[in-house]
Amino acid sequence: MENLDKYFDPKGPFAALRVSQMKRSWKQSNRRELNWWENTYLPMLISGIYLTSKHFFYNVTFHILHLFGIAKGTKGAVTYQYPEMPRPLSSRLRTRHRLTKREDGSPRCVACMMCETVCPARCIEITAAEHPDPNIEKYPSEFILDLGKCVYCGFCVEVCPEDAIRMDTGNLKIAEYSRDSMIYDKKRLMEE
Amino acid sequence: MNDLLIKFILSAGTLFIMFNIAGLLTWVERKQSAVMQDRIGANRASIFGMKAMGMFHALADVLKMLSKEEFIPEGANKFLFNIAPYLSVTFALVGFAAIPIGGELVLNGHSIQLQAANLNIALIFIFAMMSMGVYGVVLAGFSSNNNYAFLGGMRGAAQMIAYEITMGAAIMGVIMVFNTIDMQALDRAQGAYMLGGWLPKWGIFVQPLSFLLFFTAATAETKRTPFDLPEGESEIIGYFVEYSGMKFGMFFLADLVETVLVAALMATLFFGGWQVPYLHADGFYFPWGGHMAMANLPVVILGVLSFFFKVALFIWFLMAVRWTLPRFRYDQLMNLGWKILLPISLINIAVTAVVITLLGR
Ligand code: SF4
Ligand code: SF4
Repeated sequence: MENLDKYFDPKGPFAALRVSQMKRSWKQSNRRELNWWENTYLPMLISGIYLTSKHFFYNVTFHILHLFGIAKGTKGAVTYQYPEMPRPLSSRLRTRHRLTKREDGSPRCVACMMCETVCPARCIEITAAEHPDPNIEKYPSEFILDLGKCVYCGFCVEVCPEDAIRMDTGNLKIAEYSRDSMIYDKKRLMEE
Repeated sequence: MNDLLIKFILSAGTLFIMFNIAGLLTWVERKQSAVMQDRIGANRASIFGMKAMGMFHALADVLKMLSKEEFIPEGANKFLFNIAPYLSVTFALVGFAAIPIGGELVLNGHSIQLQAANLNIALIFIFAMMSMGVYGVVLAGFSSNNNYAFLGGMRGAAQMIAYEITMGAAIMGVIMVFNTIDMQALDRAQGAYMLGGWLPKWGIFVQPLSFLLFFTAATAETKRTPFDLPEGESEIIGYFVEYSGMKFGMFFLADLVETVLVAALMATLFFGGWQVPYLHADGFYFPWGGHMAMANLPVVILGVLSFFFKVALFIWFLMAVRWTLPRFRYDQLMNLGWKILLPISLINIAVTAVVITLLGR
């Protein structure tokens, strides 16, 4: 903080104001002048190289031990080898939807349209039809979910009174070559 | 005729080894950076299901670069544009000719110096070739007809000239102490011992400051990360922004070859080159009084191994620096070069001269 004239002209207009502003901002940001030793750039250089080398030798040791089948429990890298070794997913993670089934294999959904109504992306489109069982009343003759529009908010799951739609497939690989193939119908939602 | 054949084998061997080390460095660079950052690194390229720890990625890179379209921008100076990458690589490679990779091999009564070109001005030759390397950079930037490339070329020229001077001045200390600019003689002179025969008289022990200066300047000379302003991947994309295919690959290769050259120079000038501590021409003489006699061939082989071990160590260190430190700002770079390193190296020369005079050599 001593040589402020490095930053502006101390005799210029509003110098006193700027000095006080500067002092306040320096205090807030914990900034200080580097001393001579720090200015040589050496301490940070050495500590930086020390840190990366520590990682290097630690990891190399375990990579070499793994070659001999020793210490497999300790990892030499944090990498997940993705397609072969997918990353473990949290059970709460919202992944691709599925329609749950009754015992006879028909969808549990009663076509109440709650999810279609709540969906902020308006990507669900249900066509209702009358169910032969009067206790169930309705069922979806078509249930279309456009994953290209879905924002994965999970509202449809929360709002469903029948626990008919869930987002627990653990499937994140929904990329497709065309938009049309991202539109899922009832069959795909129940089977894939 | 026989001499010619030996020279041919030597130079071909040196070129082959150095080229392959440089090619292998693409793998080393990937793997080392990965391991430093707790990653695994490239490991997918395979030949018949063999992966060899990702080593085939270097081959895959070369294939990719060879099969890419070669693009010459409109308005470029075609001749200069085409010749620039060759200049870069050639001058980087020629430097190896004067680097001794081993001591004196006696074969059937012939004495062979393991050095492709046994020049008595080897050091100056190498420095001249390294300075010529800047032509590749400048011409590439100048001939591309692209302002960004031009900017990169200008930065490269300014940086390399600034650090070349420091590099030359830093080396003066070593030249003064060992009193020679012949690399082979320099290596031989480093076979002497100090402190009652315990400490080898290597450049690092007699000129530690000079080593630090040389290391910094040489890192700048390789145009790699703390000093990669000519390339500046993040903002100007450098003097080779217009190059594609293998021509870009050659600039890339030139960087790696220069890394090997700088590592070899540091090993030779400051770490005794092919000297092994306590190993003399006829075996080990330990300072505690032991002697282990050895024939000429194993001594030479040990020397060559020791040289390449030192080179590998320095390459590791250069890579560690490259993957640790962030880039300098341009004014910081110039300040460091002209206001800090150059004065220190001049002071170093003066102090060395005074000390040598006082000690009467
Ligand atoms: S997750 Fe959200 S956006 Fe996607 S279908 Fe359900 S309600 Fe609509
Ligand atoms: S909220 Fe549930 S039951 Fe109602 S239409 Fe949607 S999925 Fe079917």
